[in-house]
Amino acid sequence: MSVLRFGYVTGPLLGALWMVVLSVTVAIAMSFATGDPVRPNMSVSLLWGAVVGYLASQRLGGTPGRAIAAGALILLTLFEVGPLDFGPAASIWTRASAAAILAIAFVWSLYTILDDVAKGPLTRHEFEGAVIRFLTGFGYIFFTAIVLIPFYVMVMTSLKNQSELIQNPLDFSVDLSRGTELFRSYNELFTQFNFGTYLFNSFFISVLTVFITLAFAIPGAYAVARLRFRGQTAFSRSILLIYMVPMIVLALPIYIAFSMTGLRNSFWGIVMIYPVTTIPVALYMLQGYFRGLPAEIEEAGLMDGLSRLAVIWKITLPLSLPALASVSLYVFMIAWNEFLLAFMLLDDPSKFTLTRGIASLNSSEIPRQHLMAGSVIATVPIMAIFLGLERFMTKGLTAGSVKG
Amino acid sequence: MADATPPLGTGPLAKREARLAWGLLTPTIAAVALVVILPLLAIFWISVKPVSLADLRAPEVVLREDLRGSPEAAGDEATLRYRLRNSSQEQPILGVRFDDLVPDGLEIVDLDARCSLQDQALSCDLGDWEAGYRETLTIPVIVTQAYLDNAIRPQDSPPRVEGRSSSVLTDGTFTLNNFARIFQADEFLEVLWVTLFYTVFGTIGALLVGLFAALLLNKAFRGQGILRGLYLFPYVAPVIAVAFAWLILFDPFSGSANALLVQMGVTREAINFFGERPLALIMVTVFEIWRYFPLSFLFILARMQSIDGDMYEAADMDGASPFQQFWYLSLPQLLGILSVLFLLRFIWTFNKFDDIFLLTGGNAGTRTLTVSVYEQAFAISNIGAGAAVAVVIFGCLLTFSIFFLKYISREEGL
Repeated sequence: MSVLRFGYVTGPLLGALWMVVLSVTVAIAMSFATGDPVRPNMSVSLLWGAVVGYLASQRLGGTPGRAIAAGALILLTLFEVGPLDFGPAASIWTRASAAAILAIAFVWSLYTILDDVAKGPLTRHEFEGAVIRFLTGFGYIFFTAIVLIPFYVMVMTSLKNQSELIQNPLDFSVDLSRGTELFRSYNELFTQFNFGTYLFNSFFISVLTVFITLAFAIPGAYAVARLRFRGQTAFSRSILLIYMVPMIVLALPIYIAFSMTGLRNSFWGIVMIYPVTTIPVALYMLQGYFRGLPAEIEEAGLMDGLSRLAVIWKITLPLSLPALASVSLYVFMIAWNEFLLAFMLLDDPSKFTLTRGIASLNSSEIPRQHLMAGSVIATVPIMAIFLGLERFMTKGLTAGSVKG
Repeated sequence: MADATPPLGTGPLAKREARLAWGLLTPTIAAVALVVILPLLAIFWISVKPVSLADLRAPEVVLREDLRGSPEAAGDEATLRYRLRNSSQEQPILGVRFDDLVPDGLEIVDLDARCSLQDQALSCDLGDWEAGYRETLTIPVIVTQAYLDNAIRPQDSPPRVEGRSSSVLTDGTFTLNNFARIFQADEFLEVLWVTLFYTVFGTIGALLVGLFAALLLNKAFRGQGILRGLYLFPYVAPVIAVAFAWLILFDPFSGSANALLVQMGVTREAINFFGERPLALIMVTVFEIWRYFPLSFLFILARMQSIDGDMYEAADMDGASPFQQFWYLSLPQLLGILSVLFLLRFIWTFNKFDDIFLLTGGNAGTRTLTVSVYEQAFAISNIGAGAAVAVVIFGCLLTFSIFFLKYISREEGL
């Protein structure tokens, strides 16, 4: 490692690697945005990255130096000896913007990465600082890309039509002149495929699940957290164990029982089953929160003559409203996203939930953009709730989501 | 003065508290028993029964009645006809009988020996039936004016049918064939190996990626909240939506990933990501990592933010480099949450069904134990064998839980 700890080694090395990262990123981003053929040239990227890295580590030129380096990179790219290669079909706009974005982003970010790298020997601090800044930059790009690309593909595919998709799978640019035609898939889903009903079903079932879950979990969690009784430890452990039983193991007998009693294909069958899958989670989350509440307030209430139940209703619950919000959101999310039980227990299209409805779109006769539009319809509400109430949601997730 | 001694045993107050506790817990216990404990017992029962999907429908007597011979005036002759059959082609029905109300105004001329008539109530005792048995009962009648005047027709009064049949689910036949079948199948070892690969690499991968993401966001900067929300997307979105998005992204014919790889010069031909043997398993594992890294990220970040900053300042003063600080200070502090997460995620990944089912349906060497439950029970229609696989899963989980309780209860203070 000590061989690397010289400014004139670290600089070119990080520069070369950083150029590879950025040229791949820009190439993918430009391809996805315009559909034009852009690809990174690895060996050339390494070369020019190392050159700029050397300049940066030697503190050559200051700000004008950066501008010159960036300008040179743009020209090199446009004359096809730079880090990016373009296919003949690439438009001049694609070439110019890709070259400019890459050059400017690269030069400025690299100078930041190599900020306190000295010309000669480096201390361990300086060297590791530079490596960490490089890894941080890489991390942001990497995570943002892997999270966004599937959702980007989902949304854009839903706005296109079959022939466009086959012709160039990379072209996600949207022709705005088509106007409302863009949303044709959504329109068809709502008018011909009953997605309005599914949306309502999903919403109704999820809300009902939340209420039933809370009705069972609040008393249970309170008992486990506050009251002393024999078997308390065993009980709180078995909550966690029940959590561990896989749904598919339970789904089989439930399917048999529902088939024999005629509860399959019924709303109430689903509403009966969903809360039981969420009660252990909710109970586990809530008892953790109840334990954290100061017992003295409740004892004061007891001294003043309230009964236990009145204490729960008038003191504990108002104090735990944030926790109740988190639990409700989390339970809502589980019920909204639930797929396995809906898939096994519902066959009648008039009673489908959204997830079951999307599963029914997965056939070769239905175009792919419908499938993706359905996915968007299912994803958008939960995302909106999530982003709006992110604070509660995050807390809820950390408190209870040992569950997958 | 008597000695003050602490009370022994449980006093009335403690008893009341315990009673209230059980009262509050009863609804939950009842619900969980009904939907978790009972099905678990049922799984053991079914796993030793030769049950197939078709057996779920109990054999029953199908009965249709009508009046033949379109009578027009009083005194016309007609035939009251009952057509009956056993709906099952495999199972007999014992003690078949039915009761029916003959409409007013039909005078019965001749009665079958097995039937009896009281006023207008007809009841017939048809004895035991073979599988697939059919029978047509004809009863000649004379129509009177009363029948023509009122609008009640024979089919308007629904007959009451009785018959006993034994269902495989409840009778006394037991078999170990289900277990023999799944253990002897060539693919059983492969299923175990695939489950192990998926579980181990999925869990470790999600933990490492989550740790990296947590390290990235463990500092205050503008937009940190947005990025944190963004990185949770894969976990919050419905699994069916993201699984299909992945399938379309990696489609071998018109997927963007393949187009991109071809354009980048990485590959010449399109790769069938979810259809080729070793690759499909790797892809579903990568999907698992992608979908669940947010969870470990969230937990690890929460733990990191509770570590005291002074320690790092002291380490800085002593000349520890950033990597040393991570290795010698942060990691030991994170070990607790990492091991808890590992155990929990290990069990949950082991239990995972939806993801693989949606991505590959268990094809191309991605059949885990959970997918194989579905495969046996519904694709091959052998519910007994599916239940047997479920029992195997349950056995594995019991083993994990012993570990789990040993460690978790210490970490979580339960």
